[in-house]
Amino acid sequence: MPRILPGFVIALTALMMAACSSTPTKEQEAAPVVDGVQRPLPTPAKQPPVQVVETPVKTAVIEKPTQLTGPASLKDPNNILSKRIIYFDYDSNLVKEEYRPLVAAHAKYMAGDAKAKMIIQGNTDERGGREYNLALGQRRADAVKQMMSVLGAEGVRVETVSFGMEKPRVEGRTEEAFAQNRRAEIVYQTD
Amino acid sequence: MSKIRNYLFLLIFFCSSVALAQIRIEVIGGGATQNPPPLSASDYPCNYAAGGGIKQYQVAIAPFRDETGLKQPVSPVIAADLLRSGLFRMVEAAGAKPQHEPEQVDYAHWRGRGADAVVIGSVSTAADGRYEIRFRLMDAIQQTQLAGLSYVASAAQLRLTAHKIADAIYERLAGEPGAFATRIAYVVRRPGKRFELQVADADGFSPQTILASNEPIISPKWSPDGSRLAYVSFEQKKPVVYVQSIATGTRTAVANFFGSNSAPAWSPDGRRLAVVLSRDGGSQMNLINADGSGQPVRLAASASIDTEPNFSPDGSSILFTSDRGGSPQIYRIPVNGGAVQRVTFEGHYNISARQSPDGKSFTYIHRCGGRFSVAVQDMSSRQLQVLTEGALDQSPVFSPNGRMILYASEVGGRGILAAVSSDGRVKQRFTESSGDIREPAWGPIVK
Repeated sequence: MPRILPGFVIALTALMMAACSSTPTKEQEAAPVVDGVQRPLPTPAKQPPVQVVETPVKTAVIEKPTQLTGPASLKDPNNILSKRIIYFDYDSNLVKEEYRPLVAAHAKYMAGDAKAKMIIQGNTDERGGREYNLALGQRRADAVKQMMSVLGAEGVRVETVSFGMEKPRVEGRTEEAFAQNRRAEIVYQTD
Repeated sequence: MSKIRNYLFLLIFFCSSVALAQIRIEVIGGGATQNPPPLSASDYPCNYAAGGGIKQYQVAIAPFRDETGLKQPVSPVIAADLLRSGLFRMVEAAGAKPQHEPEQVDYAHWRGRGADAVVIGSVSTAADGRYEIRFRLMDAIQQTQLAGLSYVASAAQLRLTAHKIADAIYERLAGEPGAFATRIAYVVRRPGKRFELQVADADGFSPQTILASNEPIISPKWSPDGSRLAYVSFEQKKPVVYVQSIATGTRTAVANFFGSNSAPAWSPDGRRLAVVLSRDGGSQMNLINADGSGQPVRLAASASIDTEPNFSPDGSSILFTSDRGGSPQIYRIPVNGGAVQRVTFEGHYNISARQSPDGKSFTYIHRCGGRFSVAVQDMSSRQLQVLTEGALDQSPVFSPNGRMILYASEVGGRGILAAVSSDGRVKQRFTESSGDIREPAWGPIVK
């Protein structure tokens, strides 16, 4: 089931996106342009002349795609919910100001979907001990959860775990790699 | 759902097949060579061990009678074990006349070559097809027998028998038990992010993969009787503590609670494990039953990180890593409750403590000079000695006789295991041909 659902959701999303961009608006269908048509006058002519009616022409406007809701929104690249990574400074578990909107959006989603379950995975760079780094990664995941709880996400549906230094995004011993690896990732159970 | 998950995400299988790659061990002597550069320039200074000369015993091992036709000749294994310990120098045996019984020993020949002791022995085939292996350790000066034992073994047990003989020789000459007939465990990371938990003889021979996974495996710990391994596997997309039987491969998830489960440590009686759980918030130490039954009991409650528990040999207290003082340091807590004591005071990063088998000292990772180094500290005097100069040394463990400290290190960007004697004088390197090797654990001496 969890394997089928995402595929279905992607297909649905694609369908909806396609629909949004190509379907003509209602106005086009409901209000065809009526112009004055010259009709042959019947003989003998005792009929009132055909009234030429001026109907304003309305240009069809392709509207902005509708925001997807529900699980589909989690993968919609236009939606902030598709952003899942919070990066941390060295030796810090402070969720930086720039990630507040991201965390708030996920908290709102969790509050709005009573069935949604989330896992926050904390990670560290590769300096230091494996088990101690596991604890530091846990602290990062917990910090994200803490902020989310304040914003209304129910704690029991948010599990925090740590990968410590075991699952780097970027291999290598450069400051850039270290910065990419100090992170917490948000994963939904439906992902 | 969990079934589907298991099929799709897990590629876990057990096998007792012998792994192809062999571990090679070399003795690198006392002096440190070609150390990697430090990770950062300014740091707490290092208090390196003094080093210095080692008193080496000069031992001659005469080839055993009738061992040349064996699949596994015995005397070369004994010689390699003794040599690897760094406490012995082998006297060249070539050119000596065959000698297998006490009355045949050519003491004049061996004394002329500087030998302090001579090992002689023989192998004979018993009626049931097994072998009888006998050895005698002779004092080359007094011309008396120091030790002599006989073993019966199958062909598959010849290496183990050789290790047991090396243990007996070592114990008689060095005055402490040998640890050659023991096993080690470690994790190999192969290219393509494949992780293997392996068990091998202490000399790196006969490696066997007991768990293979596409997700990381860390913190293997031998049960006190050597029959089981506790470890942390990420196969469920989170850290879960398992206990696995070495002989049968059967395993149990003993700590799989909401959140992270990690850092298992066996109680000396093998009945309980201290583990670190995040289910109550943060990383906190708990005691659980080693069979996974019952509910965890909180060992301490703090707002800090408390992790890496390690029992004292008498089981009364636990050393652990905590950042309750602002930086990670080693602390001690009585198992049955009581005041927590800080035990490390030098530097700003001290983690991964493991107590020596006699409980008189402990080893840990100490950051100094921009490196993460293996240190050893006397329990009562608090004297600290830094033993290694790697960039990122990890996870030190004592050999079961307390002589060596095995740890994870790096050479040329590759993970290797290395060992250093607890006085810093002897260094060894364990390399694996086709992967990163890490997370060592040294099994007990099994009588």
